[in-house]
Amino acid sequence: MSITTRGSLGFALAALATAASGAGTQGATYGFGTTPSQAELARFFSPQPDGRGLPPGSGSVLEGKSVYQQQCASCHGENLQGGTGDRLIGGRGSLANADPKKPPVKTVESYWPYATTLFDYVKRSMPLTAPDSLTDDQVYALTAYILEQAKIVPEDAIMNAQALPKVVMPNHDGFVPDRRPDRFPPAARAPHEDMAIAPAAK
Amino acid sequence: MGIRFSGNGGARPDPRVEERRAQEAHGLAAKRNDPASPYFQGDSPARADRRRFVLRSMAALGASGGLLRTASAQAPLGSVEHEVPPDASKTQGYPLADESYGARSQFETEVRRRFKTATPQSSWTMTPLESGCGIITPSGLHFERSHGGTAVIDPAKHSLFVHGMVRESKKFSMKDLRRFPSMSRTMFIECSGNGLTEWSKPTMRTVQFTHGLTSTSEWTGVPLATVLKEAGVRPGAKWLLCEGGDAAAMTRSIPLPKALKDCFLAYGQNGEAIRPEQGYPLRLIVPGFEGNTHIKWLRRIEVSDAPFMTREETSKYTDLLPSGKAVQFSFEMEAKSVITSPSGEMALDGPGFYEITGLAWSGRGTVRRVDVSVDGGKTWRRAALQTPLLPICHARFRLPWQWDGKEAILQSRCSDDTGYVQPTLGQLIAVRGLNGPLGSIYHLNAIQSWHVAADGKVTNVHHY
Repeated sequence: MSITTRGSLGFALAALATAASGAGTQGATYGFGTTPSQAELARFFSPQPDGRGLPPGSGSVLEGKSVYQQQCASCHGENLQGGTGDRLIGGRGSLANADPKKPPVKTVESYWPYATTLFDYVKRSMPLTAPDSLTDDQVYALTAYILEQAKIVPEDAIMNAQALPKVVMPNHDGFVPDRRPDRFPPAARAPHEDMAIAPAAK
Repeated sequence: MGIRFSGNGGARPDPRVEERRAQEAHGLAAKRNDPASPYFQGDSPARADRRRFVLRSMAALGASGGLLRTASAQAPLGSVEHEVPPDASKTQGYPLADESYGARSQFETEVRRRFKTATPQSSWTMTPLESGCGIITPSGLHFERSHGGTAVIDPAKHSLFVHGMVRESKKFSMKDLRRFPSMSRTMFIECSGNGLTEWSKPTMRTVQFTHGLTSTSEWTGVPLATVLKEAGVRPGAKWLLCEGGDAAAMTRSIPLPKALKDCFLAYGQNGEAIRPEQGYPLRLIVPGFEGNTHIKWLRRIEVSDAPFMTREETSKYTDLLPSGKAVQFSFEMEAKSVITSPSGEMALDGPGFYEITGLAWSGRGTVRRVDVSVDGGKTWRRAALQTPLLPICHARFRLPWQWDGKEAILQSRCSDDTGYVQPTLGQLIAVRGLNGPLGSIYHLNAIQSWHVAADGKVTNVHHY
């Protein structure tokens, strides 16, 4: 009897577990975790190309130049030409290139498709020794300065949550979706053509 | 196209690449003198064994004789130096400790080696594939790619936030995450930049530096779908932003269907907590997608209706073609294989039997077949595959080979269960072109060629 009971109980538990996992993936939840406060979520930011997620604040090209010289020039160069850090300007017209000996020049000016990405990356990751330390105004100013040096916005440009998404980057249309798997041209010898060892071609 | 040997590309040498080659050569110089290394070239095996014994005996003598040598200075990384008796069966071994973590043998010297980037924080280290056996990469040898150094995070203070287009924002502690039903999966992760130096000419010399940005671990965690369901994804959501808690706040946008299909949040690696450099305490795993999407030190997931177009998915991990257009969101790591032994810079010790062995993997599914050629692709033989074969996982292949002492070119070619066949470099370049010396940089999955000279020396070559 006891064996039968234990067996039945095992079956019932298994059924319950199946039901629970079914519920876990389709219906009910586990109720783990808590609700974060607005203050906890406020530290995060993630702007999108249409401007959603950009914080308040603004900055000018001139202000940006000052921040750049203090915070950025030592790695990215006095003239944004790069150093330990990436080159930031120039390179327009270098992307279309079939020369295996001449590298394309990929910079904010030549390659980056969205200006909002510049704000996002500078704010979250720069400067190298103190990431996420610049104010939103400073980051808007830096964004304005780099875009001005890249000849994308005028000298009197002010960057803010409204202006930044309206900036059209030179390489805005430079990206295509992934279409792999590729259709390769035939190899010199078709793959798996020979199942066994064949004599080497003379 | 004929054979192109590494270093004989003809182009003006890039000083940065030359520096990296020099660094790699430095590592090789030490290995060539190490009898335990597959690159050993110093002596006959018998003499090598004697010499090792002599070396180790001298080391032991040094420790006991009061010379200015410490045990830690002698021991290779990850090992502890012990005295080596002439016959281990004639004396007691060292005692079992009451508590221990364990270390590898003092005779094992393989290490990850860093590719010399501008800073050691945004950098990568490569797995010594040439000495690996089976399919698992030891946790301490799993390749690293970090964009802001290795973050140090106290799991008791770590939280994962899920917010955006959800019914209710959520904050999970590590304890919360470990309460959910768990899962494990043995799986490879490969950096999409694996092999980037090899597009236009053979550049690096060893398989560690040509292919060492792929590794396999058993990962344990909680399905992302389970966690997302707690927050309740709202209709219209299509993408997730996943963000790390490191200095780079590394961010990638992940398509929601992929997230719900098989992504998971890993806290375990090879039977213990994941290593700091792999994202301790929490890493997003995106099976089969390029390594940088597997966000380490995961702290936040924001649900949205569109991709966020972060720096990493616009200016960095995109594949620039000769047309000037770049392929974006090229997520899948396609089928690829490489012979790990014999491989670049090894030296075959005369004609005779050698096992050709290597790894094959596919981000789209399961490796179904590997063929090996010893004549540069003219003829192929089917290699044996170690079972079980797992989806999105390294597969170990092996083929017995009698080397006749003549020049040979070794290649491996794999196919997966989607029918995809690993291309030659020529086929790949015909489709992608070469936009500069590094081509389109990412997703080089072409067949690798190793040239065996009549004297047994193995070299990285292009042959297609």
